[in-house]
Amino acid sequence: MSDQNIGKPVPRKEGRAKVTGAARYVDDLAVPGMLYGVTVRSHVARGRISEIIFGDRIPWDEFTVVTARDIPGANAVALILNDQPYLADRIVNHAEEPILLLAHEDKYLLEEARRAVRVEIEPLPAVFSIEDSLAKKEIVWGEDNVFKSFLVEKGNVDEVWDSPGLVVVEGVYATGAQEQLYIETNGVIATASREEGVVVQGSMQCPYYVHKALVKLFDLPEDKVRVIQTETGGGFGGKEEYPSMIAGHAALLAWKSGRPVKMIYDRAEDMTATTKRHPSRTRHRTAVTRAGQLLGMEIDFVIDGGAYATLSAVVLSRGTIHAAGPYNCPNVRIRSRAVATNAPPHGAFRGFGAPQSIFALERHLDKVAAAVGLAPEELRRRNFISRGETTATGQVIREEVDMGALLDRAFELSDYHAKRERFSRENVGNKIKRGIGFASFMHGAGFTGSGEKYLQSVVGCEATAEGRVRVLAASTEIGQGTNTIFAQIAADALGLDYERVEVVRPDTASVPNSGPTVASRTCMIVGKLVESAALQLKQTLAGAGLLQEPYTAEEFERACREYIEKNGALKSFSQYRQPEGVEWDDEHYRGDAYGAYAWAVYVAEVSVDTLTYEARVEDFVAVQEVGRVIHPVLAAGQIEGGVAQGVGWTLYESVVWAGGRMANGQMTNYIIPTSADIPPIRVHFFENPYAGGPAGAKGIGELPMDGPAPAILNAVEHATGVRFDSVPLTPEAIMEALEGEAVKA
Amino acid sequence: MRAYLPAYELVVTRTLEDALALLRDEPGAWRPLAGGTDLMVLLEAGRLEHRKFFSVRQLAELRGIEESDGHVTIGALTTYTEVQRSRVLAREFPMLVRAAGETGGVAIQNRGTLGGNIANASPAADSPPALLAYGAEVELVSSRGSRWVAYADFHTGYKQTLMQPDELIARVRLPRPREGARHFYRKVGTRRAQAISKVCFAGLAELDGGVVREVRIALGSVAPVVLRCRRTEALLRGRRLDAESAGAALEEIAKEIAPIDDVRSTARYRARVARNLLAEFLAPPF
Repeated sequence: MSDQNIGKPVPRKEGRAKVTGAARYVDDLAVPGMLYGVTVRSHVARGRISEIIFGDRIPWDEFTVVTARDIPGANAVALILNDQPYLADRIVNHAEEPILLLAHEDKYLLEEARRAVRVEIEPLPAVFSIEDSLAKKEIVWGEDNVFKSFLVEKGNVDEVWDSPGLVVVEGVYATGAQEQLYIETNGVIATASREEGVVVQGSMQCPYYVHKALVKLFDLPEDKVRVIQTETGGGFGGKEEYPSMIAGHAALLAWKSGRPVKMIYDRAEDMTATTKRHPSRTRHRTAVTRAGQLLGMEIDFVIDGGAYATLSAVVLSRGTIHAAGPYNCPNVRIRSRAVATNAPPHGAFRGFGAPQSIFALERHLDKVAAAVGLAPEELRRRNFISRGETTATGQVIREEVDMGALLDRAFELSDYHAKRERFSRENVGNKIKRGIGFASFMHGAGFTGSGEKYLQSVVGCEATAEGRVRVLAASTEIGQGTNTIFAQIAADALGLDYERVEVVRPDTASVPNSGPTVASRTCMIVGKLVESAALQLKQTLAGAGLLQEPYTAEEFERACREYIEKNGALKSFSQYRQPEGVEWDDEHYRGDAYGAYAWAVYVAEVSVDTLTYEARVEDFVAVQEVGRVIHPVLAAGQIEGGVAQGVGWTLYESVVWAGGRMANGQMTNYIIPTSADIPPIRVHFFENPYAGGPAGAKGIGELPMDGPAPAILNAVEHATGVRFDSVPLTPEAIMEALEGEAVKA
Repeated sequence: MRAYLPAYELVVTRTLEDALALLRDEPGAWRPLAGGTDLMVLLEAGRLEHRKFFSVRQLAELRGIEESDGHVTIGALTTYTEVQRSRVLAREFPMLVRAAGETGGVAIQNRGTLGGNIANASPAADSPPALLAYGAEVELVSSRGSRWVAYADFHTGYKQTLMQPDELIARVRLPRPREGARHFYRKVGTRRAQAISKVCFAGLAELDGGVVREVRIALGSVAPVVLRCRRTEALLRGRRLDAESAGAALEEIAKEIAPIDDVRSTARYRARVARNLLAEFLAPPF
């Protein structure tokens, strides 16, 4: 193994094509004879379809029309519970639910036709909030509206509350939905026939999820379905499960029409109809000694899954496991539930439940600190987890972890103590109130518990007779740098130049299933497989007596050529194996929840304008330990992007719901921060190599979504003296809290 | 694109005369397309109901910024970018320049025009409050001739104006404010750029020895039209600016505006912020 590429800011593999406009996204592609497809959706949140009326003045005989009755296989998106139909048949359970598909070669006429279809729906009572769902105001899913629940128990929290000399602190915290708002909306092109099978190319994170879903939808053998990822303009989780839906729709239209079909959502459809971050509500009850030692934590965590189960169970799982944070508390009970409402299904979004539960905890700990008269950082220092101690699931931390050092560095970079003191003093009489706050947290990389063991991901490595190396994986490049880091890892494993390695485009016909591109697993889990597949390639050549270390690129090339002349091809595959000693009990949710955690302390400085009640983040410091940093620019970019998205979730992005529909599904009215609203983000990495990751790397992608919300709200409390316990924290909410009854409507 | 494009017509008129003839011959049938920054949004969403448009972009008669002794006159096709680049506007009408700089993004500022902004008649527009506070007049031209109207009378109701179907906005004229006047503009849109305002405030005040000689106050997004707050102004005009008169103005403006709840904000927030901004505008030191 060499160290020529890892840790260096090599040029992005696809950077030139993207910057010059040469990169071709799915909407840039056309296939001869192609039709366009659109979806007719429900306008009510819950009801019974009574009639579908095709309006006048549309030449309907020119159109391909698909309903639930045209589905050749199962009318369900195959994922976990398979409860979500591709097309509603009789009953609709959320607004924007797909009912009917239309295709035509004139995309403008197609829009006229979409408008001309009237779906008559008799409304049924619907549920729109976590509270109403829990109260079973109406049963809208299963027997009790609960998709999934978990119980995590450590010690015995029931015995704690009555101990003498304890302070008990309670709090309730809430978070709202958030739209992923990737730059490229969802889109695919499909061809399909019984003879040729189904081929879909499009924008996606997880080609094999789409593959699995299409196999069930068309009831075809696996080799009759092919899924190809095209250049993808962002995902953030929003293209984890949803592409299975749009791919199925386009393929159904192609199947019926016998022509290729392109479906591209416009921004309005993408915002209103596709998945968003799960809203949440968390209750905390905490027992702490007067000296600030956490003795008991009881946490009730609930997320709103929307109308169908989709991925809510696993989002809930991650949120549950992260709910008690990086603290060593002897008695913990976490009860969690994902409940049904009649909102469009909520889904994967960077952080996957953890930002929600971490927000609650890190707000709550500031309250706990105040209750025992400690500074927020002092309370945390007294409870930070360290090596040998256990998390809420009883996972023993085996790696070195020094949260105190991260905190020290973050405070130093942000000048925390001096600012805390100065703002408190200067805020009196100032119209602009300033504040500073922080959050400390961790984020587990890879699938939860036994997830990676079940996935059994495989990565391939192939060498050509010219001595070029190709990495074969289903892990997608979606803007985050997969292709670049895989090439760095393979190049260093083989001691070759970065330019000699390419990462092939994910295509289920030619790459093995390396699992979905989610869960901060691409670098740590899949990257490790890239590394070992590359090393095996080298061992194959060495075993054949063709290569001896040290070798030059020319020697490698010659060895490849000779090997291929003799054996036809030079390929190696590496499959995931769970590291020794990792134990997970799925039934009791105990044990090693994640192979490794990234650790972090984030500090936010805010200002609150008392004329307009606008809170702004003025400065941000992000200090984290993520194992070895593979690519410093991409890694810092991940942190900066995640913080920006976190700032949006906290202060700007408010999904306005009206009868279960998103009322502000436009970028003019769903406010995301612009570059002018994002503060300087100062990123600092501690590097502590992790033995289980490639060259020591851990996961990084989701981590930065976890810290901003609580850090910012802790800072807003410092600035205003008012506690805010829900996000998004809009100027309207700040106004109501600061002015209270003084406001005249 | 949700519009059925074949249903739309767009013609190009070579001269102002041709444009006015089109309006005269088929009144109400044709509407002008200037920068298109509002119309294209509706078209994309499939909500542009009017179908026949004529482009005015090429009409040189509607361009340019001219100075005279008492006024600065701005052609209706002047873009936000041109507003920001004008020295005379930067020097004497800073609120208008600031509004132009806070409207949309750079691409919008390069295409969007002052005349289009007025004609679109959105109560949330950014430049109109500044124009109202500067006491703007608007020149309307038709094949019948030309007339100047006070901009404060121009908007007659939600998306309604006093324009006749054969008229086109030609120019906007602003009286030059006195040196030393207070100009106070604040757009509140939650984010710093690319926002539609929740409240937009523009105020101009000229004082003589602590007494309000002239004051004009305008607000966006708090009523069905961009609103000139004449009653609040009347209460202040001729009075000494102090805590008592300012307090009376704050009470009056609460009665004068009529904000609503919508997807962008709440009536309570808009009312409170409008009040705060007026208080800031009237606060010492003057």
